[in-house]
Amino acid sequence: MLVEQQKMESLAGRLVEEEVKGRSPWADARRRFVRNKAAMLGLVILVFVGAFALFGPYIAAWSIDELDFMVLGQVAELGGPSIETGHYFGTDDLGRDLFARVVQGTQISLMVGLVGAAIAVIVGTLWGAIAGYVGGATDNVMMRTVDILMAIPYMFVLILLLVMFGRSIAMLFFGIGLLSWLDMSRIVRGQTLSLKNMEYIEAARATGVSGFRIILRHIVPNLLGIVAVYATLLVPLMILTESFISFLGLGVQEPLTSWGALISEGAGTMQYGTLWQLLFPLFFFVITLFGFFFVGDGLRDALDPKDR
Amino acid sequence: MVSFILKRLAVAIPTLLVLIVLSFVLMHAAPGGPFTRERAIPPEVLVNLNARYGLDEPLWKQIGTYLWNIVAHFDFGPSFVYPSRTVNDVIAQGFPITLTYGAISFLVAVIVGCSLGVAAAIKQNSWLDYLAVGISIGAQVLPNFVMAPILVLVFTLWLGWLPGGGWNDGQWEYLIMPVVALSTSFMASIARITRSSMLEVLAQNHIRTARAKGLPTRRILLRHALKPAMLPVISYLGPAFVTMITGSVVIDLFFSTGGIGLFFVNAALSRDYSVMMGITILIGGLTILFNLVVDILYAWIDPRIRY
Amino acid sequence: MTRSLVSSLLLSTALAFPAVAQEAGPDGTPLAEEQVFTYRELDDIKSFDPQISTDVSGSKILRDLFEGLYNDDIDGNQVPGMATDHELSEDGKTYTFNLREANWSNGEPVMASDFVYSWRRLVDPETASEYAWYMELMGVENASAIVEGEMEPEELGIRAVDDRTLEVTIETPLPYFISMLTHPSTFPVPEAVVEELGDAWTRPGNLVGNGAYTLTEYNPGERVVRERNPEYWNDEETILDRTVTLIINDENQGLTRYLAGELDMTDIPSGQYPRLSEEYPDEAHSFPRSCSYIYWFNQGENGNPALKDERVRKALSYAIDRDIIVERILQGGQYPSYNWAHQATAGFDLPEIDYAGWTQEERNERAKELIAEAGYGPDGEPLTVTIQYNTDESHRKIAVAVSQFWKQTLGVNVELANYEWATHTDRLQDGNYEIARYAWCGDYNEASTYLDLMTSYSDHNVSGWTDETYDELMSESKTMQDPNPNYTEAEQILADNMPFAPIYQYTGVLMVDPQVRNYPFDNLMQNWYSKDLYIAAEDASSSSSAN
Repeated sequence: MLVEQQKMESLAGRLVEEEVKGRSPWADARRRFVRNKAAMLGLVILVFVGAFALFGPYIAAWSIDELDFMVLGQVAELGGPSIETGHYFGTDDLGRDLFARVVQGTQISLMVGLVGAAIAVIVGTLWGAIAGYVGGATDNVMMRTVDILMAIPYMFVLILLLVMFGRSIAMLFFGIGLLSWLDMSRIVRGQTLSLKNMEYIEAARATGVSGFRIILRHIVPNLLGIVAVYATLLVPLMILTESFISFLGLGVQEPLTSWGALISEGAGTMQYGTLWQLLFPLFFFVITLFGFFFVGDGLRDALDPKDR
Repeated sequence: MVSFILKRLAVAIPTLLVLIVLSFVLMHAAPGGPFTRERAIPPEVLVNLNARYGLDEPLWKQIGTYLWNIVAHFDFGPSFVYPSRTVNDVIAQGFPITLTYGAISFLVAVIVGCSLGVAAAIKQNSWLDYLAVGISIGAQVLPNFVMAPILVLVFTLWLGWLPGGGWNDGQWEYLIMPVVALSTSFMASIARITRSSMLEVLAQNHIRTARAKGLPTRRILLRHALKPAMLPVISYLGPAFVTMITGSVVIDLFFSTGGIGLFFVNAALSRDYSVMMGITILIGGLTILFNLVVDILYAWIDPRIRY
Repeated sequence: MTRSLVSSLLLSTALAFPAVAQEAGPDGTPLAEEQVFTYRELDDIKSFDPQISTDVSGSKILRDLFEGLYNDDIDGNQVPGMATDHELSEDGKTYTFNLREANWSNGEPVMASDFVYSWRRLVDPETASEYAWYMELMGVENASAIVEGEMEPEELGIRAVDDRTLEVTIETPLPYFISMLTHPSTFPVPEAVVEELGDAWTRPGNLVGNGAYTLTEYNPGERVVRERNPEYWNDEETILDRTVTLIINDENQGLTRYLAGELDMTDIPSGQYPRLSEEYPDEAHSFPRSCSYIYWFNQGENGNPALKDERVRKALSYAIDRDIIVERILQGGQYPSYNWAHQATAGFDLPEIDYAGWTQEERNERAKELIAEAGYGPDGEPLTVTIQYNTDESHRKIAVAVSQFWKQTLGVNVELANYEWATHTDRLQDGNYEIARYAWCGDYNEASTYLDLMTSYSDHNVSGWTDETYDELMSESKTMQDPNPNYTEAEQILADNMPFAPIYQYTGVLMVDPQVRNYPFDNLMQNWYSKDLYIAAEDASSSSSAN
């Protein structure tokens, strides 16, 4: 369940190659992507889940924290999915509407995934680009730092952080994004090294454009392909991490919830006749992860076709 | 090669140091201490406790003493929450357990995953391929904290085939469910990686040539295709190992195996400073070691890489 | 010495033929061939050292491995343990215990001096025992001064008159002193072994005890096994051969494994009792347990200023529908609570609290009036409060429900703050919260174990609320023949001031295999001893399942 470094490197190499030839890799890629059935299916799934998160609140008949006193205490008998009661997905153990809660969980989990991946991508890109562009001792120090951080057992530190600062969405974003940028920075650095000596960049440097500006204006835009692929594949990893944290009871605060929290609640009570509490959140969780993997793989294959 | 290993080991020391200081500071900054109790311990008793464990010293001195004891005596100190045991005891008892089911899971994941991946690649687009791809995608996204209770429900309660938990010196029937729960998602990832890299290798010219020459398929696979196809799998193993250790928390929790995963989480939650530090250092050290092993393996398989 | 050798020989012969010696339990029930009892425990055991142990799960094991002066019987009354009887001096301050002839599991005799050593060990700052305060609570002479390091441990009010006579002096008469002696921190430990082996003395193989069982296996985080001790003075009447503690962190896993037959006893997860008692009427049990669950209202400086207003506190408390919490969320026969001390506490008359008798509609009406009077609620100033609780399924559910009651009835906004346990407790003790969940479990079976906590001089009163009359009532009660009138008055003060909202009083909710007999369901303190349990034969199950 990790991003395959090998393929990312191959992709990076390919993108540089295209750049050298002075061709945009995007036009062909789009055509190839549309032809990829799995990728298109993934895209449809993601659009569906996104729409569910956005418009779900308007469909829900109950709010996320209202207790249904008709159901409370007899959830296994009365709390099942039903159009009549307005609990389309049934209720949780407290008689709260599961539909509303799954919608809310989807919002949080997607947000954690996207923000976490965004942090990783931004930090990783800048770190890698700066290290690669500046080079020398700076590069050495920056990349040794990455080496050191990579040997830190990430999940253990994350648990410590959440225990120490208390649970909050902000902490979750920060903690999850914290160490996931390391791989990104390595790949970006490699690519920057290849780009750095190209003519137009040397020209820019000769006309006195500042280093930071060159990185932002000329290097980063050329990294877009790899960043896009990496980000798409990182989102599901972030969502998985969040679910583990929620399982440990260190996730978001009530009454907010997330897929991980809903799934671990549902898994705990699955033998008590309330299986819907597990299946609905798990369904959205699983299809979303599929969606991201399919789209990510499709994007990579489209940008780095093997039949070149 | 030797200089490469030495260089890597030289990085290991500052890494561990960063890890120790970071977690030490984090831990001590957290609200509550190892003697936080539901019913507050009276101040006069607390003074005695703090004195016994040296918690009345300034933080820098505590770190210093801690490091010195590790370096000089390989002593990670006493546990705060389990007063009759030292951290060395906790690790000595729990780590072999984690290592046993971890190593078995690792082997199972690699062997089954690779076989599945190779088989799927050779018979591309057959039912076997689709089955393998289907299983590996499904298994990758099913969290093990969902899988573990399902396993117990099915194999212990309904079928009555396997004990629902415990360790019993690692008898095989106690090992099956932990290994399955821990290895499945890694197996799936490995199968996926193997399949795609195998496909890539098979499409390369020298394999095509060999095939055209009429060499037996098995020989082509073993001689020429397998080794290069393993490279991406190997680079996956390093990070996979660390993720597996994290997964052991779930295993210990659901199967009461008594490994160090649960001890770590409990130690962090109950502020058992020394146990938490001891396990963090252990895992950090292992991570470094494992990454090194992976790099060496990599170099051995792919002669183009020189350090 | 010769005598003990002979008796131990006799005992070991008895052990060699257990099937011959014991065919039937105390009431003539046929016994199962295998006398093994396996039960689930949530967390690992902290320590097997009586003076170091702090946890309830450890206490259960210590009661098997060691024996104090008195034991609890199945109803929670004190019966002779190491002491055969005792005399109390005129002034009620000096207890003289006569000890029976008994041996440690290594064959050495248990002496009065062993008790002296252990009690001194408990208060000695060198030991740094967390439960040193227990000896202060017992009021043993000089205990506090020794803990503070002002006196030597040798000055503790305990002495061995001779090998079999022990004399204890306490500072003020304490009617429930004897009932405090069943606590493991007062159990004797073998001086020679402890001094020789240090911290390692509690390992299986090293540990020497005077209880009915010895520690034979300990696998941290997984299991603890104890087997009968042939040296125990009453081994002849012990039936159970072996007790196994399995550590299972997840309560649902525990239940699954119980249902699969791997356990004889496990906790029932919240909300599952009704279903299980219907499906397994002989196995699901609910019985009173001495703990009381409350929501603190912080009236200190870091609290919400609105909570300093008695009317707001009352309104919040009235608006909690305890029946819903108990009957529809916890569903384990818990008692809705309107007072502080557990209602099943020995000799305690439940006072008549006004709002306990109202219907919930009446309570809600009154609550709305009060919150309006205080200037908050729908027509007044908006009020937002934070409920803090620690990570746990039941705490979470109750907090969510209470937040809804307050929102719907009073228009009060509620934020939920879930911390993990250590942080929660730390914030509580620092007075850094607004409203927080809390539970207190009685140390002994008498109402003062609860009521003392609300005095201004208690370390545990974190509400910032104090009341002079209350303090006077409680200190007066210590020397009263019948303290109940004072207890009633004290409870009334709490109901009038509402420094916390009582929520519910505990029950133990367990699945117990019907073959397991003699489990003390009627003991409010839930002190059980393996030596009292036995496993009935399979076919005996229908004849006598009293509970």
